[in-house]
Amino acid sequence: MQNLIDNFFSYTITGLTIGAVYALVALGYTLVYGVLRLINFAHSEVFMYGTFGALWVVMLLGGKPGGSVGQVIFWVVMMFVAAMAMSGLIAVILERVAYRPLRKRNAPPLIALISAIGASFVLAELMGLRSRVAGWVGLDDTLREYVRNSRNNAGLPSIISPQPIFSVGGYNVTNVDLIVIIGAIAIMVVLDQFVKRSRLGRGIRAVAMDPEAAALMGVNRDRVIQVTFLVGGVMAGAAAVFYMLKIGITRYDAGFILGVKAFTAAVLGGIGNLRGALLGGFILGLAENYGSAVVGSQWKDVVAFVLLVLILLVRPTGLLGESLGKARA
Amino acid sequence: MRSTLKFAVPLAVAALALGACGTKGGDTPAAGGSGGAAACQNFKIGMFGALTGPNANLGIYIQNGVNLALDDYNKKHADCKVTLENYDSQGDPTQAPALAKKAIDDKKVVGIVGPAFSGESKAADPAFNEAGLVTITPSATATKLSSNGWKTFFRALGNDDTQGPAAAKYIKDTVKSTKTFVIDDASEYGKGLADTVRKDLGSQVVGNDTIQQKQTDFSASVTKVTSSGADALFFGGYSPEAAPLIKQLRDGGWKGTFVVADGVKDQSFIDNAKDAAEGTIITCPCVPADVAPDFQKAYKAKYNEDPNTYSGEGYDAATILLDGIAAGKDRKTMLDFVKSYDKKGVTKQLKFDDKGESADIKVFAYKVEGGKIVGSGEIK
Repeated sequence: MQNLIDNFFSYTITGLTIGAVYALVALGYTLVYGVLRLINFAHSEVFMYGTFGALWVVMLLGGKPGGSVGQVIFWVVMMFVAAMAMSGLIAVILERVAYRPLRKRNAPPLIALISAIGASFVLAELMGLRSRVAGWVGLDDTLREYVRNSRNNAGLPSIISPQPIFSVGGYNVTNVDLIVIIGAIAIMVVLDQFVKRSRLGRGIRAVAMDPEAAALMGVNRDRVIQVTFLVGGVMAGAAAVFYMLKIGITRYDAGFILGVKAFTAAVLGGIGNLRGALLGGFILGLAENYGSAVVGSQWKDVVAFVLLVLILLVRPTGLLGESLGKARA
Repeated sequence: MRSTLKFAVPLAVAALALGACGTKGGDTPAAGGSGGAAACQNFKIGMFGALTGPNANLGIYIQNGVNLALDDYNKKHADCKVTLENYDSQGDPTQAPALAKKAIDDKKVVGIVGPAFSGESKAADPAFNEAGLVTITPSATATKLSSNGWKTFFRALGNDDTQGPAAAKYIKDTVKSTKTFVIDDASEYGKGLADTVRKDLGSQVVGNDTIQQKQTDFSASVTKVTSSGADALFFGGYSPEAAPLIKQLRDGGWKGTFVVADGVKDQSFIDNAKDAAEGTIITCPCVPADVAPDFQKAYKAKYNEDPNTYSGEGYDAATILLDGIAAGKDRKTMLDFVKSYDKKGVTKQLKFDDKGESADIKVFAYKVEGGKIVGSGEIK
């Protein structure tokens, strides 16, 4: 306990950075739940592909520590482009292959859930077997650096070396911490405005409120669902970049635990609620760090899930508890 | 019945003829067959360990050493070659018992190099013990393995009880740390090592933490280490967690010395932690390549790379079994042969105590320098 009090700001700020990643991934769960009333359990893999997108583009561009300011900005921008494109693409393919055929046949939600879990395994294993996949198409020599040790960790060169910017209560806030927290909040403000004000955002809210009425009003439901998956994927891509900047190492199964945490964050804040995802992510990140400080790091996940259970006992719909449809401008 | 006899008679004659041709019959005991003298028995030795799957590297490094020993033997005994039988466990204890049975049922197998990991050793060794099939492990370091009373268990390297104190000694004497932080990964291996280090360092341990395998975010641990003012950190665990841990510690501005054990002695640690891995100290009961230059040269000639973790131990383990075969031992008599073995191998004096532990144990320190793991001397 004394340790937590002494290093309160350190635990708080590092908790917020990982919380920002949870929040961005949680948005994907919440958005899809909003329009489809379905938990997209393969979303964790969408995130994982984003981390590899970010990693590969840096390898491709020859990113290394100690680049000039211009280079570093270029690399980070390219990381966002690559990760968002990768995650967005995977999310759209996922919707196309794993969900749309079921929806066309009016399959019960449970079937979609199983389909999601199956898709999750397929995506993770494809990444885990990428060296063999490259071998099948005869590219294993060209892609050697990208596919070798495909079951092991893959590390990003630290293109931004963390520098202390200012100090809060004895903790040196680094440039990476600032980029992650401010970047995540900025992205969420943009998303919030997009859902509130744009035509497509209105479509998403309409489908979330009442799919049939929306269809009668001329909203193309399939298109809206596709856009929702795309937006969720892009958010996961952004999360993947922040994750790689902060953690720097990914693996074919890196999505699993993070996905469970992000899903928890979404439920904590109120699933289907965008601002709830943000709040839930930050609270979860903080709770994990405080819990680790007080009872030891091995209890980190226990603390997170006990918190979830307690909050759901008191507020079964989560902290903010609204659905996407009701979140009107 | 008659037809069997028809074949059996010429066969027996042929066997006798072959036996008579055998060049060095003299000192071998009669195997109870019709030959009387030693004919070529087509003996095999087994290689038990992960040859595919996520931990395959370690198994392949060992297998390379074993193959080198076989080449040496077969060059000298071209008239009666020994072959290698692979038992690929993928490092998975649940697959081990079935593979052990397969090896036991193959009567030509007179000894096993392996099992490579501690978990699979625990699962397979009881069967080997019952069947009286000798196993010499070149890499399993869990201390408890030797205290099960398995007669057939031999270990060609030091166990975790020797590595832990050596790591503690290194931290105290060479790193000259006065404030040490200790983290473990809650695994059988990592916690065992870390607890030994904790015990040996005593009051200079300024903080403890336990993480989980597969964890990637270590921000809470980073805060604990930096706020404790530790100048050295011992981590008991494997490279998948060691890499992100040290990376985040360096990102968090911690400047102390990172000390780990053989579970991290793996190039992938450096590939992933990159610059953050520089200066890491790795302890290992495995012998550096340059201790045995002849072996290093032969290995490099065959595989075009330096011997890796436990290649030399694999070579030594296989050599013991092959010497036994050369001396005319079979599965039954091999046990006593290995027990009384006392010769210099490429890694150390090969001699076992009553429990099957190596009598001559050395622990070495390695250091990460310029993106490579380089030897930095024995810890005495």
